[in-house]
Amino acid sequence: MTPLDDIDTRLLRALSMDAGQSAGALGRVLGLSQPATWRRIRRLEEAGIIHGRMLRLDAEKLGFGVTVFLGVKLALRGRVSLEDFERAVSAIPEVQTVEHVLGLYDYRLRVVARDLSDFERVLRRRIMTLPGAGDVEANVLLSEERLAGPL
Amino acid sequence: MLDDEDRRILRYWQEEPTLTHAELAQRAGLTTGRTTRRIARMQDLGVVQGVGVVIDWAALGYAVEVSLRITLDKTQGNAFDSFMAQARKVPEVIEIQTFLGRVDVRLSIIARDMAHYQQIYRSRILTLPHISEIEALMHVARIKTSEGLPL
Repeated sequence: MTPLDDIDTRLLRALSMDAGQSAGALGRVLGLSQPATWRRIRRLEEAGIIHGRMLRLDAEKLGFGVTVFLGVKLALRGRVSLEDFERAVSAIPEVQTVEHVLGLYDYRLRVVARDLSDFERVLRRRIMTLPGAGDVEANVLLSEERLAGPL
Repeated sequence: MLDDEDRRILRYWQEEPTLTHAELAQRAGLTTGRTTRRIARMQDLGVVQGVGVVIDWAALGYAVEVSLRITLDKTQGNAFDSFMAQARKVPEVIEIQTFLGRVDVRLSIIARDMAHYQQIYRSRILTLPHISEIEALMHVARIKTSEGLPL
């Protein structure tokens, strides 16, 4: 794919904030026709730069008042299969994201819960019982900002 | 505030954010009119914030992602605010989260390669105010990314 030009960058910025805008409305802001806008979006999708879409919900308004990030270290490294751990942890509905990381921890999990006692239930019954789960560190999320990045 | 039909719509929608209202209605077993009305209401309530695109930074040439877990020097009254204000100015910072726990702030940083990361780390991160400790987790793979809620 040809490198991004200024209009692509502005388009990506606008889409990352609200992908629900029509190509027509976006085009008006960027000074493009509707088909030209649509073609650019398609090109960004085909290049894999637009990786997918995500429905953004207000977790708190839906009754999920607590988000906790867990750093998980695997116990008996080498003796548990990473695939087994990954499959089991990904199947927990309260676990929103699973990242494999290098450093102090092996995995980083984002967990939502209704409140702290609900979180405790998830932690005890679902996380601590995972095959290979060892040391766990919890940090309760207070605020979160997503930035546009180097666009 | 929300009932089972609302939750059903959200469940299907968060799984496939590109579905139209008509497709959502069909899956949830509702009429399109009813689905559209319910979605409009959830948007008014702020439960549904919108559908955003997910940008794949690796496809844009940012191969490295590092999570920096930072402890701040809280003896300085304005440590949080001045740290956050400066961190927002670093273009490669794509996420800022604050926590209750062992870690105060976490920054997600993207870079083209390790040399680029090293340069950002030295010139833009280590110069941020009020840092007392930094730990880095290097991102290896995303195993689960849905960020869906267990509705």
